[in-house]
Amino acid sequence: MKSSVITFPGSNCDRDMDVALKKFGFKNKMIWHNDNELPKSDLVVLPGGFSYGDYLRCGSVASKSKIMQSVINFAKSGGLVMGICNGFQILVETGLVPGVLLRNKYLEFICKNVFVKLDNKDNPYFKNLEKDIFELHIAHNEGNYFCTEDQLKEIKDNNQVAIYYCNNDGKIEEEFNPNGSIKNIAGILNKEKNVLGMMPHPERMIDSCLSGEDGSLFFKNLLNNIK
Amino acid sequence: MQVNEKLAVEHGLKVEEYKLICELLKRTPNLTELGIFSAMWNEHCSYKSSRLHLKKLPTKGKKVIQGPGENAGVIDIEDGDAIVFKIESHNHPSFIEPYQGAATGVGGIMRDVFTMGARPIANLNSIHFGSTQHKKTKNLLRGVVHGIGGYGNCMGVPTIGGQTCFDRSYNGNILVNAMTLGLVKKNKIFYSKAAGLNKPVIYVGSKTGRDGIHGASMASASFDDKIEEKKPTVQVGDPFTEKLLLEACLELMAGDSIIAIQDMGAAGLTSSSIEMASKGRLGIEINLDKVPCRETKMTPYEIMLSESQERMLIVLENGKENLAKKIFDKWGLDFAVIGKTTNTKNIELFFNSEQVAKIPINILVENSPMYDRKWRKTKLPKKNKIQKKDLNNLKILDVLKKMISNPNVCSKKWIWEQYDHTVMGDTIQKPGGNSGVVRVHGTNKAIAAAVDSSAVYCWAHPLTGGKQIVCESWRNLISVGAKPVAITNCLNFGSPEKEENMGEFVECVEGIGEASKYLAFPVVSGNVSFYNQTKEIGIKPTPVIGGVGLIKDYTKMITMNFKSEGNLVLVIGKTEGHLDQSLFARTILDEKNGPPPEINLFNEKNNGEIILKLIEDNYIKSAHDVSLGGILMGVSKMCIEGNIGIEIKKPNSLLNEFEYFFSEDQGRYIIEISKSDIKKVTSILEKNAVHYDEIGTLIGKSVSFNEKTIVPVDELKSYNNNWLKNYMR
Repeated sequence: MKSSVITFPGSNCDRDMDVALKKFGFKNKMIWHNDNELPKSDLVVLPGGFSYGDYLRCGSVASKSKIMQSVINFAKSGGLVMGICNGFQILVETGLVPGVLLRNKYLEFICKNVFVKLDNKDNPYFKNLEKDIFELHIAHNEGNYFCTEDQLKEIKDNNQVAIYYCNNDGKIEEEFNPNGSIKNIAGILNKEKNVLGMMPHPERMIDSCLSGEDGSLFFKNLLNNIK
Repeated sequence: MQVNEKLAVEHGLKVEEYKLICELLKRTPNLTELGIFSAMWNEHCSYKSSRLHLKKLPTKGKKVIQGPGENAGVIDIEDGDAIVFKIESHNHPSFIEPYQGAATGVGGIMRDVFTMGARPIANLNSIHFGSTQHKKTKNLLRGVVHGIGGYGNCMGVPTIGGQTCFDRSYNGNILVNAMTLGLVKKNKIFYSKAAGLNKPVIYVGSKTGRDGIHGASMASASFDDKIEEKKPTVQVGDPFTEKLLLEACLELMAGDSIIAIQDMGAAGLTSSSIEMASKGRLGIEINLDKVPCRETKMTPYEIMLSESQERMLIVLENGKENLAKKIFDKWGLDFAVIGKTTNTKNIELFFNSEQVAKIPINILVENSPMYDRKWRKTKLPKKNKIQKKDLNNLKILDVLKKMISNPNVCSKKWIWEQYDHTVMGDTIQKPGGNSGVVRVHGTNKAIAAAVDSSAVYCWAHPLTGGKQIVCESWRNLISVGAKPVAITNCLNFGSPEKEENMGEFVECVEGIGEASKYLAFPVVSGNVSFYNQTKEIGIKPTPVIGGVGLIKDYTKMITMNFKSEGNLVLVIGKTEGHLDQSLFARTILDEKNGPPPEINLFNEKNNGEIILKLIEDNYIKSAHDVSLGGILMGVSKMCIEGNIGIEIKKPNSLLNEFEYFFSEDQGRYIIEISKSDIKKVTSILEKNAVHYDEIGTLIGKSVSFNEKTIVPVDELKSYNNNWLKNYMR
């Protein structure tokens, strides 16, 4: 399976994503933001970091960079596009997924493990996963997901919520919400379910000696789903 | 502007220094030249008060590739790999403007490391603030933490450890020391020594602005009432540009175009160009019209003294200009050929086709003043007789709760959760433990690093204090299973012009030297920060030690959280009951006098080596060194982290329970071992003459003493975890 990770100036989780994808069997290529064409890919990843210094608004400059037109076309033709952290911020700026990401509730960067609950598995990312509750890692300053009431209704009607912040028992409550996201939303899919944006970093949890191993389950399953 | 004595003094030079300049030049310098002298001869750049004493530090060793004198120190970690590391202060700017001061401190130290060709793999920091009651402390702490995070997080380098202290003596002068470690192949290390004539001198990175002019001079003076006016001397950081600069430099370094490279840190273009030429025994010619400027009408004086961040100076091989320019263009960075190396041994500056400065480089460097300042020895204070009756009214549980939530002991999670500590995917021990640990990417090796200071001990007796911090650093590395390799130091002191402060400096350095020599734990890089002083009040002497150790097989790394019920807990090293200068004496008894605990280097070395052997043989399940607060603080933290209780029995000894549990005798560790291993472990300890006490068994979810006093681990945890969070919210 072929994957492509886009490197923007200021991306800093691009190598980590490359390591993770290769570890679980993807043939990954790093793609420079200034390129025009995506190589043939089964999965495109927008990695975490501070693309273009996050100046103006997180992800906004990156969403207009050269390669993004090909990424948008790829997504619109049904290709799998996954944005992690800053990648999620870029996705909302392109409009591929609804909503916006505001600064965290306490105006502080947060780096820690969190639990998330999968909302539905009827999508290529989570299909066939056995567990519902995953321990993942977040590291962001602007992960406070927000959208209008109408958007929220539409998101829910279309089953577009990918994951919610919760506790280790899967309870979705305000006290387990690290950043103030509306309804504890940690990740969102597009209507067609081929585009996923989420704040947690599965690529940082691919070894028992790191923050945990739930990221491994995610990548292994993703590879099998794409095969 | 007329250059005269008065103007020289305004530039921070002494009258005698100005006279020396005129004498050496055989003329009066012009304004630009005066600026260059003031930048090169200030304390921060010239080490004029400290050089004499720093020479005494041991800087060599089997594993040392590069000692002090370069951008950073380098150690060999085998298999062709090397670690580049250094710690540096950014105290003065951080007090004036905490966010930018701290951020550019982090940016500066990372540049020092990647200038040598190393990719930064870990950051640490040691930060000291005034009393928690002081009106400025909260804002300074918040600003500094945001600044450190803002820069390091954006760079994508994990912040894996640190240290935060509060003490009244920092009310007017906070300390912000930042440390970076980088990974490099041994045969791809870059140095700052220029070589060859007519080689192009290249400027890369951000444009030059008027920020930070005289930053290094500001850092070489005490504060007064008008310190707020110094805000414009604080540099403004742009971590995004530095990330691009890092990637571009590493890309260029992969080839063979670079002869020498130096970051523009303190004293900017002045010190970088002069240092490179001086090391190569060459001259350098710079055309200031070619320097990319952010602002219009900048004068030669301003261009030479600007401390704008994220800039590098490179001496390139002839004919490589286009190749290099292509790389910097790709990353969207400025690139300009601004001069060349010459055989004149002068620095010559041109602006609008006119020569605006010409100074022999040896005058600036070798003739820079060196002072043998007067200093006063600190006598070892007399021991306090702590009266038994003072202890009679105390309840151990009350003391424990009070101490575990003390600002200097409590969990610093509120701080380190604001630092990205997991990016790069190799952090295997997060902040909050004895040391931070990162894997050497793609290998079985890991690097451990810790930062430590003990200002109270250094204040009470600088010689002992100096030794103690080196030992504490050594213990922190050993406790995670790392073999200590080398240290970097950041020496924060008051004014060297005061005998008392200078004495503190001299004796701390002597102590550091003695311990690092004995432990074969050499000093490979460092930085001196004097004048941490507001009017007449200086800080407590605060040398900070950054220790680095190697773990050959990272699966053998040890953490401090207790692992399983039924296991036994031993204290390694002898508890003598030394309470003077302990946290217990100062916070519970309000007793601030007396000597710090004694250092026995033989025991320190022996105990450490045996702990490493026990780890190597897989006997140790968890370990923690005994430091601030004594045994009970250590055990409580291990319970909190492991979420396991313990039944503690004080071993039979002549000490009362306060002396036993809260004394701060040195050279001690707490270890957890399996019950079935006790005979084998104790026989190893006895054979090597290592003292040990068995103090308890892990059981349940509470800490109990002598089957009487009981406190749930959860309760201790909330005392420990909540103090800082509540203070800041």
